[in-house]
Amino acid sequence: MSRLDRPVARFRALLLALALAAAWARADELQDIDKLVRQGQHEQALERVNRYLAQKPRDAQGRFLKGLILAEENKVSEAIEVFKKLSQDYPQLPEPYNNLAVLYAAQGQYEKAREELEASIRTHPSYATAYENLGDVYTKLASDSYDKAFQLDSSNSGAKTKLSLIHELISSTNRLPRPATSPSSPTAEPSPQSLATASERADTEAKQPSRPAKAETAKTDAAVQPRSAPDQSKDDVLRTLADWANTWSKQDSSGYLAFYAKDFRTPNGETRADWEAARTRRISAPKRIEVIVRSPTVKFMGDNNAVVTFRQLYRSDHLKANAAKTLVMIRSDGRWLIQEERTGS
Amino acid sequence: MSARVGICVAVAAMAFGAPSALSPARGARIDATADALLANVYDEIAKGRLDVALQNIDGLIHVRPNFRLAHLIKGDLLMARVHPLSTVGAFAAAPKEQLEGLRAEALARLRAYREPPPVDRVPRYLLQLREDQKFAIVIDTRRSRLYVYQNDNGRPRFVADYYVSSGKNGALKAREGDEKTPVGVYHITASLPREKLSEFYGDGAFPISYPNEWDRIQGRNGHGIWLHGTPPDTYSRPPRSSNGCVVLANADLDAVARDLQVGLTPVIISEDVEWLSFDDWASERRAFRDQLERWRADWESRDTDRYLSHYSRRFAANGQNYESWARHKREVNEGKRWIKVGIENVSMFRDPGKEDLLVVTFDQEYRSNNLSNMMRKRQYWKREDGDWRIVYEGPG
Repeated sequence: MSRLDRPVARFRALLLALALAAAWARADELQDIDKLVRQGQHEQALERVNRYLAQKPRDAQGRFLKGLILAEENKVSEAIEVFKKLSQDYPQLPEPYNNLAVLYAAQGQYEKAREELEASIRTHPSYATAYENLGDVYTKLASDSYDKAFQLDSSNSGAKTKLSLIHELISSTNRLPRPATSPSSPTAEPSPQSLATASERADTEAKQPSRPAKAETAKTDAAVQPRSAPDQSKDDVLRTLADWANTWSKQDSSGYLAFYAKDFRTPNGETRADWEAARTRRISAPKRIEVIVRSPTVKFMGDNNAVVTFRQLYRSDHLKANAAKTLVMIRSDGRWLIQEERTGS
Repeated sequence: MSARVGICVAVAAMAFGAPSALSPARGARIDATADALLANVYDEIAKGRLDVALQNIDGLIHVRPNFRLAHLIKGDLLMARVHPLSTVGAFAAAPKEQLEGLRAEALARLRAYREPPPVDRVPRYLLQLREDQKFAIVIDTRRSRLYVYQNDNGRPRFVADYYVSSGKNGALKAREGDEKTPVGVYHITASLPREKLSEFYGDGAFPISYPNEWDRIQGRNGHGIWLHGTPPDTYSRPPRSSNGCVVLANADLDAVARDLQVGLTPVIISEDVEWLSFDDWASERRAFRDQLERWRADWESRDTDRYLSHYSRRFAANGQNYESWARHKREVNEGKRWIKVGIENVSMFRDPGKEDLLVVTFDQEYRSNNLSNMMRKRQYWKREDGDWRIVYEGPG
C-alpha cells in the first residue's frame, strides 16, 4: 500500500498536529511540555509530564501526552501500558485504542492491533486515521494469511506496517466530561457537526496559503489505473464520478443533486426532499469544499448497473475526512446516476 | 458494504453456479472434518456476515492450522474489508499453480457441501456386498470425493464422505507413470502403518489391488496405487495433485481406516459416480443374481453347450482362450455322472469404466462323482450384444 512509503510525510504531519494541539491544550504546562517534545527534548518532557501527572494523576491529556513521548522514545511496552490504562479509564475515547493498535503493530502483534482499531472505530465510527490504520492492518493480516496459504517465506513478512499515531485527544474536548458509558451510535457519513471542531485542528494544511476558492480542485487519479481494451462504459462511469466530485467541489448543489437517480436510497431512509434540503445546506455552508476521488474501481453488475468503490478525500474550511465510499450506479437514458451511496468498508 | 458485494459475488458464483443434480441428504452427513466448519464459513459469507465468517475461519484455522485453503479464505475476508474482491484468492503475488489448486479445492469442497450424496439413491456399483464386507468405499475423482457405505444387511447405507485428491492427469490409469488414478473395482490389499512410511504419506497407507485381472487383460500396468494421508506441512492437497494415489487429510484417513478390512473392503473408483434409486438398484441386483444362478444350474446340468453359452468368445484366463477352454470343459464333463455346485458369500460390483462390466466374487463348493473342491472364485461378466457373458474367470 502506498501509505507504507509515507511515514516521513506522516511524521511531519504529526509535528504540525502537535503544534496545533499545543495551541489549544488546556494547561499551559502541557503546552510547554509539548514544545519540549517538538524540540526533541524527550527526557525533559517526560520528567515534566511525570511531575504534572503527580499533581493530576487522572488527567487524560497529560497521560495521553506521556504515552506519546514514550512512543517517540521507542519505549513501546511502557507506552502500551499508558494507553491501555487510559483506554480502560476512558473507554469512550477512540484515540488511545488507535495508538495502542499502532504500538501493537510495531511489535508485530497485528491481531491485537486489529482488536484495538475495531474498538476505536466502534467508539468513533468516522475516525479517518483509525480507518486507514485498520485498512493497513487488514492488509498486513491478509498478506500473512496468503503467505500461509501458499507457504511463502515472504521476504517482507517481517516488515512492519507503519501505522499513524493520533497525536491529540481530539474527541476529548466534548466527550471527556461524559461518563464512560454508551458508545456513540454509528453514523453513515462523517457528520460535520461532530467533527467540525476536531478537524479544524486536524487539518494540518490549514496554515498554508489559501487555495483559490471554488476552483476546479476535484481530481480523480483514475488515469493511473491500468486500462486494457477500450471500455466505454467504464470510462463513462469514471467521468461521471469525476463530474460529480467537481460539481460538489464547486458547491453547485442543484448540479450535485442531479447526479442522483429518482429512486436513490436516502442513507437514513429520510424522504428525498428532506435529504435534498440537508445536502443543499451542507454543500452551500462551507466557504470552500474540495472533494478528491482516489483509486476508484468499477465493477459492472450487468450492462446498466455498476458499483464504484473509491476513497473520498473531503476537505472544507471546517472539516476534513478521508473515507471509503461506494456508489451503486445505474444507467438511465445514457446517463449514469447514483442509486445508493455508502460510507465505510 | 462494498467489500461484501465483491466476495459475495465470488462465493455465490461458486456456490450456486452449478445446478444441483442431486437431492440433498443433509441429515445423513456425518462430517467431523474441516468441511463442516468450512461449509459454515461459506454460509456466513453467503449471508453477508463477513465478521462471523472471519471468526469461524479463525476457529477452523485453530483446529487445522495447516489448512491452506482456510488461510486463503481468511486472507480474502480481510482484504474484502480494504477493497472489494472479485475472486477467491485475491492475492497478486500468489504462485499461479498453487492458487489454481486452492481454487479448485474450494470449488470441490463447496460443491460437495451444496450437493451432498443423495439419501434416496445408491452408487450403482454396489450391487451386492458380502456379509463380512462391513463397508465399501466409492470414490468420485471428478468431484474429489470419497464415500463410505456400510453394509446394512446387504443394502449399502451411506455413512460419510470426504474430500480426496487424485492423479495429476485425471483418471483411467493405463500406464506406469501416467500420473492417473485407475478406474475400476479394487479392494484393500494391505495396511502400511505410518512408522514404516516416509512422512509424505501422513498417517498411513492402504494399497489397493490395481492392476486387477481385467486391467492386466487390457494391458494396463503400473503399481503402487494407495489410499494414503497427507504430509505434515499441509492439511490437504489440491484435487489433482497425486501420481495416481487417492489422498485424504490425515484426520479423514484415520476415520476411514477404522472401517477398512484388509483383503475385503471394496474400493470402487469412478470418474463420475452413477446413482440409482433403491428400486432400480434392487432390480439390477435381482437380474444379476438370476444370471449367476442360471450359470450355476447350467453347470450342474452337465449340458456343456448351455454351460458354455455363458462364456464370451473373447474369454481368456490362465493362458486359455475360449476354444481351449471349451475343449477342456467338454472333456471334463464326459467323465461326470453328477455335479453339485454351491455358491455362497457372493459379492457383485459393477465396474464404473466405459464397458458394461460386472465383477462377481464368491465361495464355490464343487462336488462331483470324481472330484470335489472348495475355492474362492472371481468372474468378470461383460455385456456383449445385450447379453452378459463371462470374459474372465479365476481364483479370487
